[in-house]
Amino acid sequence: MIRLEKRPEPSKVWTVATPLVAVLLTMVAGGIMFALLGKDPVAAIRTIFWDPLFDPQFAGYSRPQLLVKAGPLILIAIGLSLGFRAGVWNIGAEGQYIIGAICGASVALAFYPADLWIIFPLMVAAGALGGFAWAMIPGILRTRFNTNEILVSLLLVYVAEQILASMALGLLRNPEGGGFPGSRNLQQYGAASNPELIAGTGMHWGVVAAFIAVIFAYILLNRHMTGFHIRLAGQSPRAARFAGVNPARLVLLCLGLSGGLAGLAGVFEVAGPAGQISIDFNIGYGFTAIIVAFLGRLHPVGILLAGLLMALTYIGGELAQFMLGLPAAAIQAFQGMLLFFLLAVDVLTNYRVRIGKGATV
Amino acid sequence: MNLGAIDPVLLIASLMVASTPIILAALGELVVEKSGVLNLGVEGMMITGAICGFAVAVETGSPVLGFVLAAVGGAVMALIFGILTQYLLSNQVATGLALTLFGLGISAMIGQGYRGIKPPATPKLDMGPLSDLPVVGRILFSHDWMVYFALALVAAVWAFLKFTRGGLILRAVGESHDAAHALGYKVVRIRLAAIAFGGACAGMGGAYISLVRVPQWTDGMTAGAGWIALAIVVFSSWRAGRVLLGAYLFGGITVLQLNLQAAGVPVPVEILSMSPFVITIIVLVIMSATQRGAAVAPAMLGRIFHASS
Amino acid sequence: MTQTAELLRIDGLTKAYPGVVANDNVGFSVAPGKVHALLGENGAGKSTLVKMIYGLVRPDSGTMHLRGAPYAPATPNAARAAGVAMVFQHFSLFNALDVAENIALGMENPPPRRTLSARIREVSHEYGLPLDPTRQVGELSAGERQRIEIIRCLLQDPKLLIMDEPTSVLTPQEVEILFRTLRQLAAEGTAILYISHKLEEIRDLCDGATILRLGKVVANCNPREKSARELAELMVGQTLHTPSRDARDAGAQVLSVQGLSLPAAHAFGTALKDIALNLCAGEVLGIGGVAGNGQDELLSALSGEMVTTPGAITLNGAPIGDKGPNARRALGLLTAPEERLGHAAAPDMSLTENAMLTGAQRKNLVHNGFLNWRAARQFAEDIIKKFDVRTPGPGNAARALSGGNLQKFVIGREILQHPGVLVVNQPTWGVDASAAAAIRQALLDLADQGAAVIVISQDLDELMEISDRFCAMNEGTLSPARPAQGLSVEDIGLMLGGAHDMEVAHVGG
Repeated sequence: MIRLEKRPEPSKVWTVATPLVAVLLTMVAGGIMFALLGKDPVAAIRTIFWDPLFDPQFAGYSRPQLLVKAGPLILIAIGLSLGFRAGVWNIGAEGQYIIGAICGASVALAFYPADLWIIFPLMVAAGALGGFAWAMIPGILRTRFNTNEILVSLLLVYVAEQILASMALGLLRNPEGGGFPGSRNLQQYGAASNPELIAGTGMHWGVVAAFIAVIFAYILLNRHMTGFHIRLAGQSPRAARFAGVNPARLVLLCLGLSGGLAGLAGVFEVAGPAGQISIDFNIGYGFTAIIVAFLGRLHPVGILLAGLLMALTYIGGELAQFMLGLPAAAIQAFQGMLLFFLLAVDVLTNYRVRIGKGATV
Repeated sequence: MNLGAIDPVLLIASLMVASTPIILAALGELVVEKSGVLNLGVEGMMITGAICGFAVAVETGSPVLGFVLAAVGGAVMALIFGILTQYLLSNQVATGLALTLFGLGISAMIGQGYRGIKPPATPKLDMGPLSDLPVVGRILFSHDWMVYFALALVAAVWAFLKFTRGGLILRAVGESHDAAHALGYKVVRIRLAAIAFGGACAGMGGAYISLVRVPQWTDGMTAGAGWIALAIVVFSSWRAGRVLLGAYLFGGITVLQLNLQAAGVPVPVEILSMSPFVITIIVLVIMSATQRGAAVAPAMLGRIFHASS
Repeated sequence: MTQTAELLRIDGLTKAYPGVVANDNVGFSVAPGKVHALLGENGAGKSTLVKMIYGLVRPDSGTMHLRGAPYAPATPNAARAAGVAMVFQHFSLFNALDVAENIALGMENPPPRRTLSARIREVSHEYGLPLDPTRQVGELSAGERQRIEIIRCLLQDPKLLIMDEPTSVLTPQEVEILFRTLRQLAAEGTAILYISHKLEEIRDLCDGATILRLGKVVANCNPREKSARELAELMVGQTLHTPSRDARDAGAQVLSVQGLSLPAAHAFGTALKDIALNLCAGEVLGIGGVAGNGQDELLSALSGEMVTTPGAITLNGAPIGDKGPNARRALGLLTAPEERLGHAAAPDMSLTENAMLTGAQRKNLVHNGFLNWRAARQFAEDIIKKFDVRTPGPGNAARALSGGNLQKFVIGREILQHPGVLVVNQPTWGVDASAAAAIRQALLDLADQGAAVIVISQDLDELMEISDRFCAMNEGTLSPARPAQGLSVEDIGLMLGGAHDMEVAHVGG
């Protein structure tokens, strides 16, 4: 008989080891899945995890992509992790990301074709504000009316997608685009573009912002009263109130921060790698970031590493699609599996497994 | 614009069809939540059910078999969630999300070979002369058997929770797992059963979308129906009868906005398409504002149970 | 024992948990018609023992016999089928369900609802424990809730009735009536296993006693032949130190509460009704009452977790009713809530972090919002040293501490911040005797140094020992305070609400 027994304290070893174990288990299970699809599992795993970084043929293209993909994931996941730690479940980052991008792009297009240095900073501010405002909807509904923020933030993703479609087809459509949906390409509009800062690295302002967010979150959580209150509120809400935490303010803070960061990710994306507002602008970063946040154990440094790993699965997935004909959906299932395994082995952090003797009288 | 093209009888009849997937999924989730478990993976279980049902129906030619396997598929997905949350004590919110992300991926993977195929038709139930009644016949007695199955299930769940000992035990577990454990009830097993039931219902709801309502397979075709179902459980104040009301309300809005789109009302299509979600949010706000402070939700909802002794 | 027939016999029962042997070779027996006491401190292993008898826990080794036949219940259902029933200390009840549903859940084969309701009315009237089967349990008082548990047992006609600390939620008058009911049951042939740490009760009620200490049986005796002091020393294993205090004069008034009313915070909470009290420097005010009568809410109102009109609470003449916890801390009003894990302390956080939890301001652990962890660690080490908290160090998680040690930490954390007013709720609940004595002494010392102290407790003996004045909470109201000296048990019982609606058993004796 197998029993679980609560540890007196969380295990430090397992806190670090669980994500690694989860990744290994996912590789095994993913390999089985790929084999069932009729692909060579070893080749598939190698194509996903090794080739993008080290294969001479692909590494040149793939390595910069790592930061391009990891930037938004990390930026969003850092924000989400603060809320998840406080027990505030913003799962609508995808929507906040879309709205941030729309707001940022709108500022740029309003100024088009002026060439002013202020445009890009204004876009960034507008993007952050847009994401913030979109996240304030569930925030205010939660604090004013006690409405479940999980459902509202998620339902608002569908609303944001409709707004995106409307914008791409209407208000923000490129007047010179020959009637095709989608806005002007911001990459071709110098004052509004978010270019690669160092050639061949993939580094753009969004990646810089992501690194700053990691440092900011680390200091906040470990050195600042607000971060202490965030951790306290998530672990024991009553103790937090006893310590003087105002729960409503904390909910707004967490939703606002995560919304703002998701909005930032959106605006950096639309001005950089994506280039324009289009119907299929969003590709699920807001949801994948949830996996990144958990895989990084809600710890800023962990999220940094997890973001890079998830970016790798995106790039490797594309490569496997191209090289081995692996379906795109397989990589999505693979990512979901990773979160499953992580949650499953996480039990070892707080519990010890005992193979108990079936005691008899 | 041609509002006259909207036939109210047809509108109500199609409302019953549109709300059937939501009724099934929400009813399953209601039972799960009554046992004190919050499974946010409804969307993932629905989409899995949608593809399982679709694939089986296409391969065997039998919609009935499709629905059965959709239920099995949904239940299997739910049991992954169940094992993680009940045995490995994982966080229910995170695990539910994982279920949704995984479900969307795995269904798209299975569904690759099924795009653009038409599934075998689910026949209308022959109600004899009843279907020929004016108005009422077309609204109430001209549907396929799943519509009536969903309605019967509402009544069954209502009666189970209210009148049977099993229902009493389920509610007790959701109210205080520690007390239920102290009295000797198998909290984990009861919850696993509820979770599996919830998954089966969500799976059938998903299959109804892919086999009847649309009917074809596209990736992510449940398009938020699972989340709406979750919202409707809150709207229902955890009562089976009110699930029906909530699902009809949502189904009504969906059908109405589709009809308005078809009629060419001068409102942007996007506004109409987002209206079901916006209205669901508004209804959630109204319900939560009025429920505030009252003990309507099961007390243990989302809490982890670990018998320490 | 005079009777040769034994109902339950236990031999060599052992149950070990990691790091602790809860029961070590425990043996005793209970005869039909007798009330047998199981006496021991918190953590002595009483609960584990009865859980094994009730089928909730499987022993590692040892045997049990019921009516001479081997007895090894795998589940509570099996125990109930064998005629064993149990009244839990922490009630096994469901707030959102009604009385009849709650009772049905505890029965093997409950009759149809209508029959069951009739039986409930009948049996509850018979034993003087009136109950309305249609009431929702969450709305009932602690005493009424206990009646449900008792009636649930009685409806199954048990041969052995286990009662785990049943009097902690009753007023003295209600205890009196409960005892008559229990004697009545014993006279009808039911054996009763009565668990308590209250010595006078056991001497009053029980025919035999088994005393447990650290999981081992230290004595089997007839409690009527022992003095309370002898029993206490057997139970604790050492001579108890009674808190000492010097006589003192009350100082100036520091805290005043006038017309404090608050609605219930949640569905099954208690509303506070027009509370008034005055508190002077250097005095200890004891607030007695059965748990669930508004004590938690009163503490929240005083700590600032629930705010009220400014004038309802004044501290040193300044209105503070609308201020939050930290503003009140800054002014010298500190509190220690009842629930140690999850309210007074965060279970998964280290003691250093828990020291930061309330000490940030008064101990200068924070500058411009940035935390000084080194100073917090020093503060935690201070608490550990001065209050004899047994733990490897301040880096340990709060949940790893025993109840008594964590409580010493929590009380010490507030005392070392030099409060002007300290309010503590149930300071010794679930705490072993030596830690309880240390905590009481620390509170008295604090008052001696001129602080004003409010102690909210269910333990009337404790309150009589340390209070200068006493008042009682009952259903959200607070009685006027009376000098503690010279109050009789009778007086206190009446202040607590007397017998409420309990009646003497109606069956012929």
